[in-house]
Amino acid sequence: MFDKLSERLQGVMESLRGRGRLTDENISDTLRQVRMALLEADVALPVVKTFVESIRTKVVGQEIDKSLTPGQTLIRIINDELIALMGAGVRPLNLRAQPPVVILLAGLQGAGKTTSAAKLAKWLKDHERKRVLLASTDVYRPAAILQLERLATQLGIGFYPSDPSKPALTLAREALQEARRSLYEVLIVDTAGRLHVDAEMMAEIRAISAEVMPTETLFVVDSMAGQDAVNAARAFGEALSLTGVVLTKTDGDARGGAALSVRQITGQPILFMGTGEKTDALEPFHAERVVSRMLGMGDVLSLVESV
Amino acid sequence: KRLREKLNRGDSWLTYDLANLLPGGRIDETVLEELEMRLITADVGVETTEKILADLRGKVARQELGDLDALIAALRTSLLDILQPRARPLKIDADLAPFAILVVGVNGAGKTTTIGKLAHHFKAQGMKVILAAGDTFRAAAVEQLQAWGRRNDVTVIAQSTGADPAAVAFDAMQAAQARGFDVLLADTAGRLHTQSNLMDELRKVKRVMGRIDAGAPHEILLVLDASQGQNALQQARLFNAALGVTGIVLTKLDGTAKGGIVFAIASELDIPIRYIGIGEAAEDFAEFDAPAFVDAVLKKD
Ligand SMILES: Nc1nc2c(ncn2[C@@H]2O[C@H](COP(=O)(O)OP(=O)(O)OP(=O)(O)O)[C@@H](O)[C@H]2O)c(=O)[nH]1
Ligand SMILES: Nc1nc2c(ncn2[C@@H]2O[C@H](COP(=O)(O)OP(=O)(O)OP(=O)(O)O)[C@@H](O)[C@H]2O)c(=O)[nH]1
Ligand SMILES: [Mg+2]
Ligand SMILES: [Mg+2]
Repeated sequence: MFDKLSERLQGVMESLRGRGRLTDENISDTLRQVRMALLEADVALPVVKTFVESIRTKVVGQEIDKSLTPGQTLIRIINDELIALMGAGVRPLNLRAQPPVVILLAGLQGAGKTTSAAKLAKWLKDHERKRVLLASTDVYRPAAILQLERLATQLGIGFYPSDPSKPALTLAREALQEARRSLYEVLIVDTAGRLHVDAEMMAEIRAISAEVMPTETLFVVDSMAGQDAVNAARAFGEALSLTGVVLTKTDGDARGGAALSVRQITGQPILFMGTGEKTDALEPFHAERVVSRMLGMGDVLSLVESV
Repeated sequence: KRLREKLNRGDSWLTYDLANLLPGGRIDETVLEELEMRLITADVGVETTEKILADLRGKVARQELGDLDALIAALRTSLLDILQPRARPLKIDADLAPFAILVVGVNGAGKTTTIGKLAHHFKAQGMKVILAAGDTFRAAAVEQLQAWGRRNDVTVIAQSTGADPAAVAFDAMQAAQARGFDVLLADTAGRLHTQSNLMDELRKVKRVMGRIDAGAPHEILLVLDASQGQNALQQARLFNAALGVTGIVLTKLDGTAKGGIVFAIASELDIPIRYIGIGEAAEDFAEFDAPAFVDAVLKKD
């Protein structure tokens, strides 16, 4: 699977060898290969279409770097453009608000919200010396609250003991009161996984958001997600004012093209990536790494240089 | 019916909206591209889509397909040809009791929930069901399975978090045999197929179950999340290579994700697709039905 994608792009470079400059005609087949490579990496079709068109307008007539062939030039442009798209606006968590600063996590079932909540709490404790309170509003999934409690206890982080017989909205309100009362600097609110087409559950999270007024609302997305990630991202983006994205499970071999889809659809930066199940497996987002993964090459630029 | 309702959200059927696209009913490149787009956005993947489309284009070129209806019928047939041979329901052989099912998959795919649903399903058929809490790694995973056990009123064999999952499986196999259970469902911790030490751990669980009953596990179910894309093919390949997967469960089909990657999996690997998950409740579950699935994939949301 991996080699095929690299081969495609190698082929792209070969096919343009010896051409003088990039023209509409000589890049069209190449762009088709790029389109397929991105689709194979799970970038959503509408996002691929827009991207390929923007590359087309950008490269036609483009001057070619003397040391590179046209094919290499094209790949370099694609690589740089993807990095710019993915990485533009990457920033640390915004904590500049009246404490308790609220961070709300949202996403589909099993995306990694609860694990990411614990990871972010640990991150803020270790890197920003913040006093953090973790709270769950997942009254649906069996043992979801206990899962967060176990993680909080293990990390020595404050935990609000949510009562699963109360509505999620009430729990969010109570957790915020507790964070104020006990002078926590940050409150991280975990939510139940929900489908973007579940109107009732989407209304619930909107209400939770209105109640706790988060400074950061992070959409948590699995890096193995497929084409449908655009639909989910769009719906969550419409329901909530998302401020960022957390990309999880990047420790596998997924190409992670959904990251580009979600970045484009929400317009919000990917702030962190999850790199494992343990609570310290969280890193600030590295656009270069995800892009070279998407293009199916360990290091795109070294490949460009070696042709 | 709950399944129909959940699997086919909306009412615009393939035939209807394709006919709308081209009122004249003639086949041209626009229609073929529309079909291609639907397969791609359903996560069927570039390669499998190209294969299917090449076949259709050939038929169009040979003028075997007179109109849109014929084209759609041909597409439906070629999709069914891929999936129908894999639609083989799981039969619990009473002679093998306790029939042991090991459930595996990547993190968050829906393994534990699927076990809850299966327990409900088998119990409703009058079988005596026992669960093994083999996820001794993730926080509160044991308690999650125990909650499903209470819900269904079935026994759960568990040790504490951090215990050896093979030891849990061993205990559960012994209990199932000694106490005359019909079906054993063994949960496992989520793991990425690239983590070779964790894949070894699963192999050990399988081996240990086989020590108590040489035929066990009788079924190894791989749980795949329908919202995932091309990586699911890699999951199927590597879990199958490590363990010999004997069945697939496709979860989270109640959203707008289509789970089209199963076409690529079905083309490459001869693994029966057993069940689908269409929600978070015990009843949100059905046997895999290839024609219904194909219709849902082709439908536009
Ligand atoms: N390998 C890996 N696993 C992860 C990562 N993040 C989360 N997980 C695992 O993914 C699974 C689901 O994570 P959760 O945090 O429970 O996901 P969730 O979004 O809270 O799930 P629900 O509350 O059920 O919707 C668990 O097995 C986690 O250990 C990651 O970055 N890498
Ligand atoms: N909408 C929907 N959600 C589902 C379905 N199956 C499982 N889920 C949800 O997906 C999330 C993860 O399910 P689990 O059963 O915990 O998944 P798992 O594979 O056991 O996860 P780990 O043990 O952490 O690897 C939970 O929130 C479930 O409620 C389904 O068919 N549809
Ligand atoms: Mg959770
Ligand atoms: Mg589980």
